[in-house]
Amino acid sequence: MIQHLIVLPVVLPLVMGVVLLLTRFGSTSLKRGASVGATLLLVLIALALLIKASSGEIDYYALGDWQPPFGIVLVLDRLSALMIMLTSVLALGCVIFACGGDDEKGSNFHGLFQFQLMGINGAFLTGDLFNLFVFFEVLLLASYALLLHGGGKSRIQSAVHYVVLNLAGSALFLIAVGVLYGATGTLNMADMAARLSELPAERSGLVTAGALLLLVVFGLKAAILPLYFWLPRAYASAPAPVAALFAIMTKVGVYAILRVYSLVFGQNAGELTSLDQPWVWWMALGTLAAATVGVLAARDLRLLVAYLVLVSAGTLLAGVGMDTPAATAGLLYYLLHTTLVTGGLFLLADMIGQQRGKAGTRIVKGRPMTQGGTLAGLFFIAAAAVAGLPPLSGAIGKALLLDAAEAGQRIWLWPILLISGLSAIIALSRAGSTLFWRSQNGERGGTRLPRTQWAGVGLLLASSPLLVALAGPVSDYTRATAEQLATPDALISALLSDNGDAP
Amino acid sequence: MESLYAITTGVLSACGLYLTLRGRTFPVVVGLTLLSYAVNLFLFSMGGLTTDGAVVINGEDDYADPLPQALVLTAIVIGFAMTAFAVILAMRARGDMGNDHVDGRTKEDSEESRR
Repeated sequence: MIQHLIVLPVVLPLVMGVVLLLTRFGSTSLKRGASVGATLLLVLIALALLIKASSGEIDYYALGDWQPPFGIVLVLDRLSALMIMLTSVLALGCVIFACGGDDEKGSNFHGLFQFQLMGINGAFLTGDLFNLFVFFEVLLLASYALLLHGGGKSRIQSAVHYVVLNLAGSALFLIAVGVLYGATGTLNMADMAARLSELPAERSGLVTAGALLLLVVFGLKAAILPLYFWLPRAYASAPAPVAALFAIMTKVGVYAILRVYSLVFGQNAGELTSLDQPWVWWMALGTLAAATVGVLAARDLRLLVAYLVLVSAGTLLAGVGMDTPAATAGLLYYLLHTTLVTGGLFLLADMIGQQRGKAGTRIVKGRPMTQGGTLAGLFFIAAAAVAGLPPLSGAIGKALLLDAAEAGQRIWLWPILLISGLSAIIALSRAGSTLFWRSQNGERGGTRLPRTQWAGVGLLLASSPLLVALAGPVSDYTRATAEQLATPDALISALLSDNGDAP
Repeated sequence: MESLYAITTGVLSACGLYLTLRGRTFPVVVGLTLLSYAVNLFLFSMGGLTTDGAVVINGEDDYADPLPQALVLTAIVIGFAMTAFAVILAMRARGDMGNDHVDGRTKEDSEESRR
């Protein structure tokens, strides 16, 4: 059992997804129980993987015992263990929230949710470029269906854009994989890194083209500047638990950029080393600036949160663009914080919308809310965390990133990041005061919200103070992760040591 | 053979790209299909084009790279499923929004443009 631990985050959601689809006509409480139970089990598995990886050991699982570089491998290092942990915690919050009634607005919510988890976990674990494509497709297919969960005009319209864009992105991904395979003769990322160090000069143009094509694909997933226009509408129209889970989807893109460009195009790649860096850095700053304008202009709470996701994507990618271990450590801490808090904000926005009746989440005067006090308190905590105010976790994450910037980068990063924080404070306080204080006189409206919804939001928002309380161990872990990423040789030798050189 | 192959792939992807950028869902779906054909052809060629190569490695020098074939098979299956999904989504969008524009125009917009 213990040697199969690495494959469990993929197999468990797959099995549960199939079982949940088979029992689509079964009783609701049974489905909910199974889904929450499976996600809880996933958290425990992720915890075991995290403990295993925290020693710094790099482990891999060769499917069918076909050893790398020929077989398909799942690789567990500090980064992938951290991402799996984050996914499972976020998923637990979302699935508990969904049990409050959102799952019954359409069919097959829980089964699709598990498939989505399978795709995300697989993308984090795989050590093979083509398998990264396959897992991307798995998570995208599930996300298409989840985005449409419950139906409605705005969902269908944003889904058309989302699906068409991602299908075009998949075509680009395949072309990039094809170019890289043609130039290097392998798809295993570690093997590709080893082969790039002895790449014939006439092929380096081909590899550069492939690498930059991959950046376009990952940029589309991570919502980098010219490729983010699908995101705000899709996220704002998705059902709340799905939108909250989508908070991790942009991070899959960030992860892929981190992984591929630190491992394959890492220090061994000669003149191709960190060829993504200038592109990512400038486009990330552009993303931050554009998202800041979006945050200030949003007239709907859900749209506002979607733009905040974009701000966090820009911040993370700026960290990737700095390309130092300190920046990577800072961005990983920020990634944990921002994923969980923006996820929680999506759920909270939905609860506010339910209580306000017709006004929904639009930032206009509405009727007073039955549970307005508690909602306002939670909103205050979430807003302070996401805008990066001390004492909550956003402040620590941003401080780590600001501190990691080198002199030449500070002139650009500091003003843009700090102004985006200020804009977030302005936009959120304007939204909060309109939603909670400027209400019409009249009856308090809205039914009391189910307890599961409170539990889901509470779980996600509690992570922010928890990340502050555990800031020491967490930042130690992210620093160790960044060091591991900066020395890809350890991973390459762990994977390829048994076989020697490939023929 | 190489030039014929390259021209075919290029023409397919150019047509696919052009159709994908159209404003109505039907040409977009057809464009995506053409694009995926072009990608599949391209994937085939990435192991190098050979004729009369042996299917499996049997010690000879001249054998066809089996990996692109496996990859193309996977890509075809995924592309097929995606196209089916896109068709259904386009039909649903047509039904729910009353027109087949990708941006989901309202009735007034389309009447204005007709004038």
